[in-house]
Amino acid sequence: MTFLNEQDRIFKNLYGFLGWNLNAAEQRGDWDKTADLIAKGADWMINEIKASGLRGRGGAGFSTGMKWSFIPKDNQQHYLVVNADEGEPGTCKDRDIIRNEPHKIIEGALLAASAIGASVGYIYIRGEFKREADILETAIKEAYDKKLLGKNAAGSGFDFDLYVHRGAGAYICGEETALLESLEGKKGQPRLKPPFPAIKGLYGKPTVINNIETIAVVPTILRRGASWFAGLGAAKSCGTKVFCISGHVNAPCNVEEVMGISLKDLIEKHAGGVRGGWDNLLAVIPGGSSVPVLPKTICDTVVMDFDSLAAVKSGLGTAAVIVMDESTDIVEAIARLSKFYMHESCGQCSPCREGTGWLWRLLTRIQRGDADLKDIDLLEDITHQIEGHTICALGDAAAWPVQGLIRHFKHELIARIEQGGRRLCL
Amino acid sequence: MSHSFKFSAENHKKIKQILAKYPKDHPQSAVMPLLDLAQAQNDGWLSREAIAAIAELLQMPVIRVQEVASFYTMYRLQPVGKTVIQVCTTTPCWLRGSDDLMKVCKTKLGIQPGETKNDISLFEVQCLGACVNAPIVQINDAYIEDVNPEAFGRMLDDVIAGKPVKTGSMIGRVSSEPMKGSGS
Repeated sequence: MTFLNEQDRIFKNLYGFLGWNLNAAEQRGDWDKTADLIAKGADWMINEIKASGLRGRGGAGFSTGMKWSFIPKDNQQHYLVVNADEGEPGTCKDRDIIRNEPHKIIEGALLAASAIGASVGYIYIRGEFKREADILETAIKEAYDKKLLGKNAAGSGFDFDLYVHRGAGAYICGEETALLESLEGKKGQPRLKPPFPAIKGLYGKPTVINNIETIAVVPTILRRGASWFAGLGAAKSCGTKVFCISGHVNAPCNVEEVMGISLKDLIEKHAGGVRGGWDNLLAVIPGGSSVPVLPKTICDTVVMDFDSLAAVKSGLGTAAVIVMDESTDIVEAIARLSKFYMHESCGQCSPCREGTGWLWRLLTRIQRGDADLKDIDLLEDITHQIEGHTICALGDAAAWPVQGLIRHFKHELIARIEQGGRRLCL
Repeated sequence: MSHSFKFSAENHKKIKQILAKYPKDHPQSAVMPLLDLAQAQNDGWLSREAIAAIAELLQMPVIRVQEVASFYTMYRLQPVGKTVIQVCTTTPCWLRGSDDLMKVCKTKLGIQPGETKNDISLFEVQCLGACVNAPIVQINDAYIEDVNPEAFGRMLDDVIAGKPVKTGSMIGRVSSEPMKGSGS
């Protein structure tokens, strides 16, 4: 088994034991000769990030370097938007990065902006993170005071202004085009693509939208080199990642680890193990609420990277690991996620607006035993009617957890219906 | 009840700073921060008059401000109590006992989610994004983390008595680090 070596750790202050302010951040190596990195030029930066194998940390896992390369090389206004609208159930890594490592975000934003020629950047942070937004604002002010932002940022000759924009409680704004709508002062309803934001983004201008964790790892990658990052982790899932381990473990936590660590090692080494021991495990949702649940038999051996989790019909998503022990009512666990998606559907596309409610109502009925066996087929049918039929991926995200439930726990659904709501495993 | 709304002088200064963040030809981008300011000034909710004042300031049709105000859950279109308690009940919090916290709330406060009594409002909310510190309760702007029902019951007594409460982790965690001595 491979664990993260201390010298390869990017987020040295993930837990906030050290200071978050500029002085403390500089002592950890942030803002070290930033201008020299910018002087190497946009092409070098984009190629370096491509070669590092960095894939977006917001869930979709798209190549960050590729995304940057789609920005046209022209003289119009470009924008960088940093997505910190964290809200995928199970996920709380961005919160720690914001409150404990804000300067990694600010320096990363400057570097990314110089690579794509954006003179202005916005960090969109979820509204409930008020205290975190205050820290970020203060850190940005520190950076301005030290001339690390603004005209001739960090002495690089490049001008860059960075602003914080607070959301107001809408999960959908984590979807990049909904976020842009929101930033433009509208309801957060996703846009049809194409045109993609790289061509027509914020205010109709070329825009890169990156997750905050993606942006925060950029300075370290550029400093230590693409090959260092690419040498960590798994083949097509390079580097380290902040995992969030919640639910029925003895010591829930966030932890930075190498990609490709086994799920069992991750839980046992860092989260104190499953409550009642590994054999008391029922299931794990390995990548935030949108990805299908995995039963213990798969959890025994699966490793945590994009391809390995896709191979077992789930996904790495945001790397938020939700652990459920044998005491869990798995039907209710998924039904609550369905309720979440019903609440968060923006209402724009009928399959999602109507379908998410259907999923929740049907699951609740099955949970009570107030359903017919053919309702399981109906439930599955509805998921397929939502999946792929909506403007954005929220519809898919609502469908997948239910599909995972049917795939691995159909016996539980059948038993619930046949036994009038009584659980099989108790 | 007729109600008027005017931004305070101090908030007018803040509005100037907010508008400076966005391109001059896109003042509408300031609608969310202005709704937030107005709500804070207006005892935690947005009246029609507050919405109209923002529309005028940003030269937006009132309906465009109204639809933003009604889209996002943090904007409240009805009056709320001085203290707003929000219990997260999404799966990660539920796995760690959010049902018990909701029960404690209902019993101690004598209200159901969505109701207000003695200037305290209770809401059930979806994922607050602090899942490894579950279960989470939000009291006004602050998160209370790693909550256990007994200690939370005592905290609610303090809230009802109008006393300040300690925010953050109830088990002494700084952030999201694993609690030492837990587990294997």
